[in-house]
Amino acid sequence: MRYLCLLTKGADAVVPEPGTPEFTATLDAFETANRAMADAGVLIELGRLQSESSATTVRASGEETVLTDGPFAELKEEVCGFYLLECADLDEALRWAATIPLVRAGGAVEVRPLMAQAGPR
Amino acid sequence: MTSELELVFRREWGRAVAVVTRVTGDLGAAEDAVQEAFTEALERWSAGPPPDEPRAWLITVARNRALDQLRREARRNEKEGEAVRLLGESGPPQPTGMVADDRLRLVFTCCHPALEPGVRIALTLRTLCGLTTAEIAAMFLVSEPAMAQRLVRAKRKIRDAAIPYRVPEDHELPDRMPAVLRVVYLVFTEGHRAGVGERVVRDELCDEAIRLARLLTRLSPDDPEALGLLALLLLTDARRAARTTADGRVVPLAEQDRALWDRQRTDEGVRVLGAAVARRRPGPYQLQAAIAACHTTAPTAADTDWTRIAELYETLAQHDPSPVIHANRAVAVAKSQGPAAGLAVLDRLTADRRVRGWHLLHAARADLLRRLGRRDEAADAYRTALALDPPPAEREFLTARLDELA
Repeated sequence: MRYLCLLTKGADAVVPEPGTPEFTATLDAFETANRAMADAGVLIELGRLQSESSATTVRASGEETVLTDGPFAELKEEVCGFYLLECADLDEALRWAATIPLVRAGGAVEVRPLMAQAGPR
Repeated sequence: MTSELELVFRREWGRAVAVVTRVTGDLGAAEDAVQEAFTEALERWSAGPPPDEPRAWLITVARNRALDQLRREARRNEKEGEAVRLLGESGPPQPTGMVADDRLRLVFTCCHPALEPGVRIALTLRTLCGLTTAEIAAMFLVSEPAMAQRLVRAKRKIRDAAIPYRVPEDHELPDRMPAVLRVVYLVFTEGHRAGVGERVVRDELCDEAIRLARLLTRLSPDDPEALGLLALLLLTDARRAARTTADGRVVPLAEQDRALWDRQRTDEGVRVLGAAVARRRPGPYQLQAAIAACHTTAPTAADTDWTRIAELYETLAQHDPSPVIHANRAVAVAKSQGPAAGLAVLDRLTADRRVRGWHLLHAARADLLRRLGRRDEAADAYRTALALDPPPAEREFLTARLDELA
C-alpha cells in the first residue's frame, strides 16, 4: 500500500539559514531519517518543494488553458515537501512519518493513502 | 423477530464480524456479510428449528457470503489471484500478538488512534456489540442518518487507509491501551446505565466488556490500569441482580438487597484490585475500583467507609478534575461529615456551566436539602432534575421522592 506524506513547516516555523550549524544539523537529521527509510525498503520517492511563490496553477476556461501565478489556494500551512512510501499498513506509514524531523520541529506531516492502481506505475 | 433469535444475534454478532473480518480483511464487507447471514437465518429459523450449532452456522454462512462478494469483485478487477489467495485457508498474515482473539483484534481496530475519538465507541458498539445504528444514535443523542454517516466514514477510512486488523505488539501497547480501556469502560457503562433499552441487551454489553477487560489483562499483565478496569467492572457488576426491580425500577445502593450481590465476582474483583495496587502505579481505574470495593464489600449500607471513599474521590479528582468526580466526592463528604458539608461541595459546582444541565447533580442536591429539612428548596431541586429529562427509571425514582415532600 502506498502512502503520500505531505510536509508542512507549520505556520510560524523558523527555518535555519544555510551555512549555520542549525542548518547542517537539520540536513543531517533528514539524511539519517531518509536513509533509515531507504534501508527498510519503504521509501519510493521524496522531494522538497520550492516555495509557493514559484508555483503556477493550470486551469481551463472553456477550450482555453488559463495559467495563474501562485498555488491553488493560499494555505496557512504551505506544503513544502513529500515522501512517497510503500508500507504494509497505516501503522507502518505513521511510524515512518513520525521519524521525519519536521515533526519534532513544529511542522506536521499529513499521511494519505493512494488508491490502488491509480494510474500507471 | 422473536426475542430468542434476537438474543442469539446479539450474542453472535461481534464474534461473527470479527471472524469474517479476519478472513476478508475488510470490516465493512464483513458487516454486510454477517447482516446477510442473519437475514438468511431469520428466514430459515422462523420456518423450522434452528441448527444445533447456530453460531457455527452463522459464521460459516457469513464467511461464504463475504468470500462470494470478494470473488465477484476480484473477477471485476481481474484480480483472480487475490480471490484465490483469500479462498485458500491461509488468509491474510495472522497477527503475532500473545492473545489471539478475533474480537480483541477488532476492538483495537475500532479504537485506532487515527480514528476520531468520538466515533471509536460508536464503532465498537456497532461492530463488536451488535447494537443497531438507531440504538447508538439514541445513546449519543444524534439523528440516525448522522450516526450512520459517521460510522460509514470511519469504516471507509479503516479500509482505504489500511488501518491494520491486529493486536498491537508489546512495545506499542503503552500507547494503544488507554483508548481501548476507555472504550471497554464505555461499553460497560452503556450496559450498566439505567433504564435504556432492554435488560438482556444491557446484560450482554456488561458481559462483553468484562470479557474484553479480562483479555486485556492477559495481553498486558503488567498494566495496573488494565487490572484496575477489570476490578472496577467486576465489583460494579457484582451488584447487577440487586440494581433493578423486576419491572425495571432502579434500586438505590443503600436499599439494595445485599444477599443478591454476587459474592464470587466481588472476591475476584478484590483479588484483581490487589494485584493492580501491588504494582504501585495508581490510576483512575484503580481508584474507581477501590471506591467500588468500599461499597461492594460493606456488609450493610451503614458499614460503608465513607471517609475512605471521600479520600479516594479526592485523589481521583487529581487525576481527572471533572465536575462529575467532585459531585461524587460531595456525596461521600455528606455521608461522612453530614449533609451540610456535602452541600457546600455541591454548591461550588452548580456555578460550573458544564454541569448545570446534569440531572444527577440536582438530584444529589435535592437529596441533601431534603435531609437538612429544607423541603421547599429540595422540591425545587427535584423539579430541576426532572426538567432535565433523566432516563425513565430515574425519573420514576425522583418523582416518588418529590411526591413524598408534597
